[in-house]
Amino acid sequence: MLEPPGQGPGGAAALERKTVFRGVALPLLLLAPQLAITLVFFFWPAGQAVWSAFLRQDAFGIRTMFVGFENFSDLLADPLYLETAQNTLVFSASVALLSLALAMLLAVLADRQIRGAAVYRTLLIWPYAIAPAVAAVLWIFLFHPQVGLLGRALNEAGLPWDYRLNGGQAMLMVILAAAWKQVSYNFIFFLAGLQSIPKSVLEAAAIDGARPMRRFWTIVFPLLSPTTFFLLVVNLVYAFFETFGVIDALTKGGPAKSTETLIYRAYIDGRVNLDLGASSAQSVILMLVVIGLTVIQFRFIERRVHY
Amino acid sequence: MQSPLGAPRAPWLTHAILIAGVILFAFPIWIVLVGSTHDAATIGRGEVPLLPGGHGWENYLTALGRGSSVLAGLGVGPMLVNSLVMALAVAIGKIVISFASAYAVVFFRFPGRMLAFWAIFITLMLPVEVRIFPTFKVVSDLGLVNTYAGLIVPLIASATATLLFRQFFLTIPDEFVEAAKMDGAGPLRFLWDVVLPLSRTNMAALFVILFVYGWNQYLWPLLVTTSAEVETVVIGMVKMIGGEANTEWNIVMATCVLSLLPPVAVVVLMQRWFVKGLTETEK
Amino acid sequence: MATLEVSGLRKAFGATRVLHGVDLTVADGEMIVIVGASGCGKSTLLRLVAGLETPTEGRILIDGRDVTGLEPSERDIAMVFQNYALYPHMSVAQNMGYGLRIRGLPRVEIARRVDEAAKLLGIEALLDRRPRQLSGGQRQRVAMGRAIVREPKLFLFDEPLSNLDAKLRVQMRAEIRRLQQRLGVTSLFVTHDQVEAMTLGDRLVVMHQGHAAQVATPMEVWAKPADTYVAGFIGSPAMNFLEATLAENGAAAALRAGPVLRFADGPRPGEAGMPLILGIRPEHVQPAAEGMPLAIELVEPLGSETVLHGSLADGEALVVKLAGPAPGGATLPVALPPAALHVFRQTDGARLDPG
Repeated sequence: MLEPPGQGPGGAAALERKTVFRGVALPLLLLAPQLAITLVFFFWPAGQAVWSAFLRQDAFGIRTMFVGFENFSDLLADPLYLETAQNTLVFSASVALLSLALAMLLAVLADRQIRGAAVYRTLLIWPYAIAPAVAAVLWIFLFHPQVGLLGRALNEAGLPWDYRLNGGQAMLMVILAAAWKQVSYNFIFFLAGLQSIPKSVLEAAAIDGARPMRRFWTIVFPLLSPTTFFLLVVNLVYAFFETFGVIDALTKGGPAKSTETLIYRAYIDGRVNLDLGASSAQSVILMLVVIGLTVIQFRFIERRVHY
Repeated sequence: MQSPLGAPRAPWLTHAILIAGVILFAFPIWIVLVGSTHDAATIGRGEVPLLPGGHGWENYLTALGRGSSVLAGLGVGPMLVNSLVMALAVAIGKIVISFASAYAVVFFRFPGRMLAFWAIFITLMLPVEVRIFPTFKVVSDLGLVNTYAGLIVPLIASATATLLFRQFFLTIPDEFVEAAKMDGAGPLRFLWDVVLPLSRTNMAALFVILFVYGWNQYLWPLLVTTSAEVETVVIGMVKMIGGEANTEWNIVMATCVLSLLPPVAVVVLMQRWFVKGLTETEK
Repeated sequence: MATLEVSGLRKAFGATRVLHGVDLTVADGEMIVIVGASGCGKSTLLRLVAGLETPTEGRILIDGRDVTGLEPSERDIAMVFQNYALYPHMSVAQNMGYGLRIRGLPRVEIARRVDEAAKLLGIEALLDRRPRQLSGGQRQRVAMGRAIVREPKLFLFDEPLSNLDAKLRVQMRAEIRRLQQRLGVTSLFVTHDQVEAMTLGDRLVVMHQGHAAQVATPMEVWAKPADTYVAGFIGSPAMNFLEATLAENGAAAALRAGPVLRFADGPRPGEAGMPLILGIRPEHVQPAAEGMPLAIELVEPLGSETVLHGSLADGEALVVKLAGPAPGGATLPVALPPAALHVFRQTDGARLDPG
C-alpha cells in the first residue's frame, strides 16, 4: 500500500522553520493540485465507502435502504469471512516472519568485511523492482506441476504436488512468493540499520570477550530492534494489501477459498458479486486495520525520536 | 563502511550463504530467461531446459508483435508503452505536486496550513486498495475509465513523497532563507535557485521508488482498464496465463522478461540514490 | 555610509518577552559590538535590524529613513551568518554575486564587483570552487565577500567567528576590523565572546535579559561597568565581588570580611548601613604585609602571571592575579587599593558613583 511502503511521520517531531516567507495566495496555489486530488480521489471515495457500508440494495438493485450496522454484523457472523480473516493472519504473519528472518540473515552477512560485499549487496537489492504479480508468475514457472522445473521434480519424486488442487500447498506457494519479493526491501533497511550501529559499541563488546554469535544476539539484535519493528509493521501492511497481485496471479484465492485474503474477498464481493454494501463494509474494516497499524507505528517512532 | 561484526572467522561460510541467497533470487529469473528462448512445445512438455535455446528472437518478436494467442492480437509492445507512460507519469506527477505542496507547508505560514498538512498526511491511511470501489466509482462518474488520466491521476496524490520533501526542507538551514531574503529573492526565486537544486538527490531517489511503484501497480489498473488500449504489461502477462491449457508459456516468459527489465534497470542504474532515498524516507 | 537609530525596540514571542525596550544610536562608519550571554536578546536585536523579525514595538531608522515595516531586501543591508549560509550548489563567485543577480545588475558589473571583493579578501583563486571545497576561514571570507559586493549601508555580523578554531578566530577578528575600517561601513557585530567584543568594537552594547545594560566604549565598560552584571561579564578572570555596607556617612565601606575601606573618589549617596557590593578586578588586588589574610586554595601558574584562588576570613572567595610566579605559603595577606574599587548597590546591582 503506502507507496514506498510505510512511512514514519517524517520525523514529524513538531519541527518548524523559524524563518518563512510571507504570503497566502502562493502557498495555497502550490497546495492546490495535491489537495484537489486528495479530496476527489481520497476523501470523497473514503466517505462513500463509509456511507455505503451502511446501505443495502434490494435483490433487483432498484431500492437502496439504510441498514445500520447490518452489513458489518452479517460479515462478522459469516463463518467464511472469519475463515478469510484467519487465512489473512496466517498468511501475513508467515510472509512477514519469513522475509524478515531471511533478510536479516543476509544483511548481517553482507555487512561483514568480506570480499565482494558490494557485489552481494547489489545482487540482493535489485529484486525490489519485481512486481508482486511478476513474482507470482516466476513461482508458477518454477512450481507449476507440469511446466515448472521444481513442481515436476516433486511429482516425479513421488510427492503429489499441485497447488491448484491442494489448499495447503496453495497457501505455501503464495506465502513463499510474497515473502520472496519482500526480502530485498527488508534487506536494504537492515543494512542501513546495521551501518548506523556505532562501531565503538561492538569493539567494547569484543574487548569484553563476547564471541560473534553472542555479540549478535546481545548487541546487534537489540540495537536493530527499532528497524525490525518498523519493518514488521510495513511487512504486515504489505502482506495485507499489496499481495493482491500475488494471489490473483497464482491462485485467484483458491482452491476453495483457501488462499483468499480480506483484500481479495473485498475485490470479489465488489467486482464479481456486485455486493457493494458488503464490499464497502469490508473496505471500512480494512481502513480500520491500516489506521490501527499506522497509529501503532507512529506511537513507536515518536517514542524512538524522543529517547 | 564499518561492519558491526567485523571480518568473519569463517569467510567461506559467509560466502556460501550469501551466494545461496543470490541464487535464490537469480534462479527464477534465469529459468524465465532460458524458457523465453525455447519453443512452446518444449516447455509445454515440461522438459524445462537449463540452458538457452534457439527460439529467443522469434519468441520476443511474437510477444512484442501479436502477443499471446490467449489475448487475441494484443501485442506486448503497446502494453510496455502503457506501463512506461503510467510509471513515468505517476513518478513525475507525484514528485511535482508533492514538491509544491511540501514547499507551501514548510516555507509559509498561512491560515489552514496545519489542516492542509493533516489532510495530506491522513491519506497515508487510505491506500488505494482499501478504497478501490468507491474510487472506481468516482473515476467512472468522471468518465475516466479506460483512460490514462483515470489510470494515473488517482495514484498521484502521495503523502509519502510530500513527507519526504517536507522532512528534507526542514533540514535546509534557516540562514539560507534569511540570506535569500537579504538578497531580495522571493519565494519562487528561492524555490527555483536554491531548493530545487538542493533537492536533486531526493528527487532521484523518489523517482526510482515511484517509477517502480507505478510500473508494478496491479489492482488499480485491473479495475480501471477493461480495454486493450490502456492495458499494462503486468496485467497483460497475468492474463496470458488465464486459460491454463492453451497457455503459450514461451510467450508468457518472454513477456515476463520484458515486464521485468525496465524497473530492474532503473533500480540497478540508480542504486546509490535509491538506497539512500528509501532508507531516509522511513526515518 | 549611514547611521542607524533604534528606539524603544521591544520584541515578544507569544508570552515570552525577549527585548524590553532598547535604544541605540550608531554613527556613520561606527562598529558596534552587541555582546552578552546566550538568551540575552542580542541575536533578536540584530534580526530586528535585519528585518528578519518584526518588532512588537519601537522603530528602526537607517540613515534617517524608517525601515521598521520594510522587507530585509528593501533595507539596503548585508549580513554575515554564523554558519555562513553559503549555497552548497553554487560556486564562490555565484554565491557572492547571487544578490546582485537578483537585483538585475548587468553581468559585467557583477563580475567586476565580485573580482574586486575577492581581491580585497585574497580569495581570487577560489572563485570557481564550491563551498564544501573550502576551509572554515575561506568560507568565512566568502561570506564576507557576499556582504561586501552588495555595497550596503549597514553590515550585520551574527557571531561570524564562532565556528572557527581559536587561532583562526584571532586572525579573522583582526581582518574583519581592518576591512571594516577600510570600507568605513557602519556595522553591528553580535558575539558572546568578550575578547572579541573588546577588540572589535568602537562601542559595546552589553545585553542582559533583554535590556542594554551598558552602551559605551570598551575601555569605559571595563573601567566603569554600569552594574554587577557588566562588571562580571567583561574581564578575565572575572571581577571579585565582596559584600559590604555603607559607612562613615558614605565615605567608606565596611567589608563583611572585616576591614573598612575609604573610597578614593569621594562619598557615595545613601544611608549608613546600606548593603553594597564591592567589586575589584583580580589584577588589582595587591599583596601587602598588613593586608587581610587570604587562605590560598588553588594556584594556577600561567607563565608570565599567576592566578590564585582563595578565601577570606568570612569565607568569601577572592581571586588574585599576580605578575610573576606564586609566592610561597598557605596564606597571602592582600590589600584592596581604594582607587580600584567598584561600588554597586546590593539591591539592584547598579553602579554607585560619588554623588
